[in-house]
Amino acid sequence: MLVEAGHFALALALGLSLIQFVVPLWGARANDPVLMAVAPAGALAVLACIAFSFLALTLAYVSSDFSVLNVVQNSHSAKPLIYKISGVWGNHEGSMLLWVLILALFGAVVAVARNTIPMRLQANTLAVQALITIAFLLFILTTSNPFTRVIPAAPEGQDLNPLLQDPGLAIHPPLLYIGYVGFSISFAFACAALIDGRIDAVWARIVRPWTLGAWAFLTLGIAMGSYWAYYELGWGGWWFWDPVENASLMPWLAGTALLHSTVVMEKRDALKVWTILLAILTFSLSLLGTFLVRSGVLTSVHSFAVDPERGTFILGILILFIGGSLALFAWRAPMLRQGGLFAPVSREGALVLNNLFLATACATVFIGTLYPLALEVLAAEKISVGAPFFNFTFLPLIVPLLLLLPLGQTLAWKRGNFLGTAQRLYAVFGVSLLATVALLALRHGGPVAAPLGIGLGVYLVLGSLNEILTRSWSRGTPLSVAWRKARGLPRSAWGTAIAHAGVGLTVIGIAATAWGVETIGSLRVGERLGAGEYEVRLERVIPRVEANYREDAAILTVFGAGRELGTIETMKRLYVTRGMPTTEAGILTTGLGQIYASIGEVQADGSIGMRLYHKPLVLLIWIGALVMAAGGALSLTDRRLRIGAPARARTAPPAAVPAE
Amino acid sequence: MVIWIILLAMTAAAVMAVLWPLSRHYAVARQADPDTQFYREQIAEIERDQARGVLMPSEAEAAKAEAGRRLLRATGLRGEAFAAVGEPALRRRRAASTLALSIIPILALATYEIYGSPQAPVQAPVQAAAAAPAAAQAAGTVDLMQAVAQIEAHLAKNPQDGRGWEVIAPVYLRMGRVDDAVKAYEAAVRSLPPDSDRFASYGEVLVMARDGLVSADAQAAFEQALTLDPGSPKARFYLARAAVQDGQIAKARAAYAQLLASSPADAPWVEAVRQEMAALDGPAGQAPAGESPDGRIGPEAIAGMVAGLAGRLEAQGGTAEEWARLMRSYAVLGQRDKAVAAARRAREALAQDNAALKTIDTMARELKLTDAQP
Repeated sequence: MLVEAGHFALALALGLSLIQFVVPLWGARANDPVLMAVAPAGALAVLACIAFSFLALTLAYVSSDFSVLNVVQNSHSAKPLIYKISGVWGNHEGSMLLWVLILALFGAVVAVARNTIPMRLQANTLAVQALITIAFLLFILTTSNPFTRVIPAAPEGQDLNPLLQDPGLAIHPPLLYIGYVGFSISFAFACAALIDGRIDAVWARIVRPWTLGAWAFLTLGIAMGSYWAYYELGWGGWWFWDPVENASLMPWLAGTALLHSTVVMEKRDALKVWTILLAILTFSLSLLGTFLVRSGVLTSVHSFAVDPERGTFILGILILFIGGSLALFAWRAPMLRQGGLFAPVSREGALVLNNLFLATACATVFIGTLYPLALEVLAAEKISVGAPFFNFTFLPLIVPLLLLLPLGQTLAWKRGNFLGTAQRLYAVFGVSLLATVALLALRHGGPVAAPLGIGLGVYLVLGSLNEILTRSWSRGTPLSVAWRKARGLPRSAWGTAIAHAGVGLTVIGIAATAWGVETIGSLRVGERLGAGEYEVRLERVIPRVEANYREDAAILTVFGAGRELGTIETMKRLYVTRGMPTTEAGILTTGLGQIYASIGEVQADGSIGMRLYHKPLVLLIWIGALVMAAGGALSLTDRRLRIGAPARARTAPPAAVPAE
Repeated sequence: MVIWIILLAMTAAAVMAVLWPLSRHYAVARQADPDTQFYREQIAEIERDQARGVLMPSEAEAAKAEAGRRLLRATGLRGEAFAAVGEPALRRRRAASTLALSIIPILALATYEIYGSPQAPVQAPVQAAAAAPAAAQAAGTVDLMQAVAQIEAHLAKNPQDGRGWEVIAPVYLRMGRVDDAVKAYEAAVRSLPPDSDRFASYGEVLVMARDGLVSADAQAAFEQALTLDPGSPKARFYLARAAVQDGQIAKARAAYAQLLASSPADAPWVEAVRQEMAALDGPAGQAPAGESPDGRIGPEAIAGMVAGLAGRLEAQGGTAEEWARLMRSYAVLGQRDKAVAAARRAREALAQDNAALKTIDTMARELKLTDAQP
């Protein structure tokens, strides 16, 4: 009964979305507030329907209702409760339902914020948003219906893909989807601005929190996914330049560019057209990511051709939204009034440079991801573009961007003084250079990339701190005054500094992977295997039987510098229902580094294969991402009412620091 | 019936949610103009910042001038009044209400009519799940997959249940899950009292898992079967094949002949034994062509495939696994000298690769190709 009501609620949401699309758009054209007022009401009603629908599916999973096909295919009565719940979005149908649920949730938040958004902008935005909802609801109802029934009911489910039975999966997709869908709101606002033909600083101020929030969640989602791949897939890698990963990286890069260009628009009323275009592109890339992951086109272009229904539908959605919005852009953008002017050397100029680098980096990832697909379609030739391509194209774009980052955030708005700015970073340059040289000397003979990369990371962290320091303290100021000043700095300034420092931490973590040690060997009980200055001893191998899997667990004792550091377990599991084996890595954290052991095959002579890694500072990669997201969150709490104060021409005194 | 009442109530609620704002009287100037308000707040913020000392007075002045300019511009833009009253507005409201009243129910009911299953929820879901197995079994519709899933779930909880393993093992074999069948027979042999047929079947799946090679494990299983029942045809057949693989052709031929002599003429394995003997007698070409009657690929076809693999590896080289496969294939065909030669060629081709050499050595040990040791 509940399942059917949930199914019907989804159908109702479709009808409501159609009204939410047509009536407010008409209202905005006729300038009729009554019709426009339908938008928020419709958005709330759509949320209620979709939330109910999602709840119904979740309850079907929790109660193991095997009369629902989706539950049969992805659940099992013996599965722990948390994986029953996370199984709702651990499959195609359920994850699409989660997608529209988040979409509706965001629409409802826009609807509730009625006194801060101009009414016509709100009505148009919600109308565009309703169109997205319609497209995805149609997709779910016609091709990916999670409420399809099995009659008579199946006796037992087929279990969830064991790789996905992990706490990481319980959080990763929701975070990622909040990111993707958050950009849909920026997109809807951009389209609304184009429809209305008006765009200004107010628009930027309304849109920026959405972009910032979406960006922060996407950052967390990508970091979570990367950590999950790191410990669950058992290869010890954290980024594989896999198309699925690139699908989330592209919107992140475009979103980062959007974030920065919105700052320019908010503070200086410039770069309007470019910002609108970026908002459209960012969401288009989010859609593309959904298409790549959901249509099956990645496993093989041919599998897409065999079961074309879903893929073609998403392709249609893709063409409708990307084509439609770009056409709208081409038609309306020339009518938008350009904003403030600025000198090439200025904060705005630096942010334009940032956008150029990020957009180009995004384009290289785009090419590297889609070129093999295009080649497979056109020439029936299968190639894979891997890490070497991305290292050669992506890194040369990102490194200069990172080098310029501290300079850019020190420049003044409108017109800046490059030399004066560089002077304020002398100390930072010096310390980073010193750190690099010291590391090179200490680890003489080791890989050169590590000290250089760490030097860059240190430079980024110090550059961010320097920004706060120079804005609150100048020579001769007593510390108490400086402290008061620092605390008085806008939260967005702190957020910026923290997020940029997070980038630095991630860079340090990535650079330190060059120092990682990997050994592969086979071990009998009591034997030892070493990686760098660490060693493990195989204590015993014990078989276990759990509710839905069997496993062989290898217990290892870890030694470092002759001392016992602790024990870790690495398991080879067999999930009985699917007959699918997985490997669980054993990880011991020492400071910021990790000892990572992964069990291999059992050899004929009774010994077991073992991969052992020592990864120094590896945690910084994800800690950096967490810090970035925290910076974004802090910036989100700012009131954001500031204007970028232009510095006086020529006579910029060294203490005159640009305000946010 | 109840379900339709619930669905209708939901529809009514959804329509009302949209009709409600359309029916309200609109209070003019409900909203302060957000544009100008924003710039006013910005100016106020500049003053606050200046008071806190975050902004220098000169900067504050510049920023204020900028905000002032924007405020002026925004004020100039305003002017279009909302059109909420009058005859056209009323007509629009009516049209919108009609639209909502018709589209929402029609679209929702039509969609649900196509994709929904209103007749499904006869039982409450939880009971349905509990009652389903019995009902389905009664109707004789339990799908093989589901039966397997059930047995697996049972075995996961009671891994000592040898009967269960014995039941599921042949099912696995039929489903092509040979490795699982090996594990299942292994468990059955371990937990059930010794039985000749069981040991023979266990040996047979081991042979299948190794592409026809009678490994040491399999040989041990067949010998167990023979001690329990000296007449077991399966065990005798595979032990003869093991002899072929060890190069003891004469012993193998004798064993096959004995097996034939002691079997009834219409026994199902007679044809297979004859074929194996024919393959022993001469080069592969003279063996009966094509597939053998029991559906397995005949020795001649196998010889063809092996020759193909050998030719390719010789011409283009290959991985250690491919070389190992070639060695094993020769061993299965009883051509020990060729297996030894293949091992030697593999070592030459893969001389630079230690891991590969290890694979070749392991395979050579396994096939007991002692003269192929480096």
